Amino acid sequence: MKVRAQMSMLFHMDKCIGCHTCSVACKNLWTDRDGAEYMWWNNVETRPGTGYPTGWEDQDHYKGGWKRDNKGRLKLTLHSKGGGVAKAFYNPSLPELEDYYDPFTFRYGDLFGAPQGKHQPTAIPVSKITGKPMEINTGPNWDDDLGGSDIFAANDLSMNGVDESVRAQMEEIERVVFNYLPRICNHCLNPACVAACPSGAIYKRGEDGVVLVNEDKCRGWRMCVSGCPYKKVYYNWDSGKSEKCILCFPRMETGQAPACAHSCVGRIRYMGVMLYDADQIEAVGSLPDDELLDAQLNMILDPNDPEVIAAARLAGIDDDWLDAARRSPVYRFVKEWGMAFPLHPEFRTEAMMFYVPPLSPVMSVIEDDLIKLDLPDERQDFELLEELEKARLPLEYLANLFTIGDVEPIKRVLRTMLAVRTFKRRQSVDGTLDDATLEMLADLDLTPFKAEQIYRLTTTPTMDDRFVFPPYHREMSLEELGDPIKAKGGMGFGYRRGPERGA
Amino acid sequence: MSGNDLLFAVVPYVVLALAIIVTIVRFRQAQFTVSSLSSQLLESKKLYWGSISFHWGLSLVLVGHLLALLVPSGFELWNGAPLRLYLLEFTGVALGLWAAAGLIVLVIRRSTEPRVRRVTTPMDTVVMAIIGVQIFTGLWTAIAHRWGSFWGTEVMVPYVRSLLRFSPEPGFIDPLPFMVKVHVLAFFAFLAVFPFTRLVHIITLPLQYLTRPWQKVVSVRDEPPAEYVTRDKNARGVS
Repeated sequence: MKVRAQMSMLFHMDKCIGCHTCSVACKNLWTDRDGAEYMWWNNVETRPGTGYPTGWEDQDHYKGGWKRDNKGRLKLTLHSKGGGVAKAFYNPSLPELEDYYDPFTFRYGDLFGAPQGKHQPTAIPVSKITGKPMEINTGPNWDDDLGGSDIFAANDLSMNGVDESVRAQMEEIERVVFNYLPRICNHCLNPACVAACPSGAIYKRGEDGVVLVNEDKCRGWRMCVSGCPYKKVYYNWDSGKSEKCILCFPRMETGQAPACAHSCVGRIRYMGVMLYDADQIEAVGSLPDDELLDAQLNMILDPNDPEVIAAARLAGIDDDWLDAARRSPVYRFVKEWGMAFPLHPEFRTEAMMFYVPPLSPVMSVIEDDLIKLDLPDERQDFELLEELEKARLPLEYLANLFTIGDVEPIKRVLRTMLAVRTFKRRQSVDGTLDDATLEMLADLDLTPFKAEQIYRLTTTPTMDDRFVFPPYHREMSLEELGDPIKAKGGMGFGYRRGPERGA
Repeated sequence: MSGNDLLFAVVPYVVLALAIIVTIVRFRQAQFTVSSLSSQLLESKKLYWGSISFHWGLSLVLVGHLLALLVPSGFELWNGAPLRLYLLEFTGVALGLWAAAGLIVLVIRRSTEPRVRRVTTPMDTVVMAIIGVQIFTGLWTAIAHRWGSFWGTEVMVPYVRSLLRFSPEPGFIDPLPFMVKVHVLAFFAFLAVFPFTRLVHIITLPLQYLTRPWQKVVSVRDEPPAEYVTRDKNARGVS
């Protein structure tokens, strides 16, 4: 057992309101520069939809992630090592700017500088690349809230396997449904971007698992952009370097939540330490599809297990981190309650950002049907548990996103969430718990105590409940390695020159 | 010292020293500026037709030149039969034409695509001009002053070797036709601009990728930022 620590984020999709505050906070902090305008380290997609960049999940086209070959070995989908070097002159799997969008701004000066006239002046759009006037045909979130659209929703790959009749219904205006999928870099355990990088510029930080690009070593071969199945590495066309989400490590090192999580209006994001067994990375990645999800979740170790604690100390993880791992809200959702999954585990990168699938759309369709139910009043709430197949957002769709097509784990999570709701309604509206409710909880392995815990962490968590950061002890690592006086007066960052484009 | 001596006995050392020293300084002080500066994201169709042929054509021709320098006797043996000489020369010209075609596409792309123009620097124009002259004079030599792989082993190889032995003998170059001289001078120009342009990306060809493990995990305990590491062996905690 080789224990490593990972800072993980959890997205409670049931709470996401799609306001894009996270994306804007991230953009203002990190990517408001030449060459980075089109980068959305954090973005929020309307699902069903084609996402950003368009159709990023189509690995037949983009060749991202890993695959299991006929002999059961793990192979990078993009290239062999030799192929990676040979394709240095032209990368056939690189998305084009059109797959993102031509970044634009408006000539606001035209509004102020226009001569007196009969008509209101307008600010014309100009390309942020060429500076020339342009017609805006697409942009980030071009399909925002376009559930049911025949261009975007209909082309969502995760709709494959959803029954034709259900798909047809979803395009009817009264049945249109969508939810929001916030995405950042998944800071994977087996990152394909790291494996694809010919220069060896991308690496995973040992202490917290953040995947970073060493901008000095990056030579702009762009293989990481293709290799990442989530398309979360971006090529800066101005500096000629690749850039990606850094999980706001300078903020985490000072005990602050990443900008996206900190600014989240719906408070859907949770962060905490996860311990995992690094020895299993390759073996788990090579498993057949049906064993992949469980095995990946099993790699995450129990921070209360004495054996794990001993192995973690041996690996140099200090007690502050172990303590943080025991208090991690992400660990609770993912492991203790089994309510969250990684996005697209079939990409085999062992993503470490987790999602609680959304419930809300299930209620609305069932509520219509409730009128017709031949059930006594006290049983009607439980009917929802059994009628999940009728969910407005098909279970198969969520299963394609999170559980490699297996609807059972999705059902279990949605039922757990419904059970917690019913439990709290009985408790706070009726004032009593009936046997049927207790039975329902027991069926889902829930006790009233556990249901209360889930309820509290879901609905009323404080900032400290949502974000549990261990101290990074940067000051100590510096002292151990060298002369701290040398760092005096420095900013802590390595660069003493601006990141200008080379000649 | 004649002009010929200056150009072919002094200049090569100046440009070589420049290329080596400035490249080292650039890697140490401003490695951020070292990149292939790819513009594929901005335009990819023309790049496909230009970049592949340009890079492969030039690389293979370069390998041919280096082989001649390393094993001239092998070339002499190979060229012993006329048919093999024709085959080698024909291959060389074909590769040169391939590279030239690629360069033409790339020049058209740089001048007509507005997005690519946005990321084109004056130094890029200089680089394209030098390589353009290099390819043109190379092809001219191959066609007008035929069988270079044959006479080259007697003239060019001894000259370059004399440079590498630090006893330059520019006399080898003196009687050569003008275009051949330009071809040699264009290479010196190439070396001179090498460290100041995107050409430095040539030496970053990632061959180490072939042998490294797929994954890379770095802990701050393994690799502190260079500026924090003291060279003083007596300082605490540094081994």
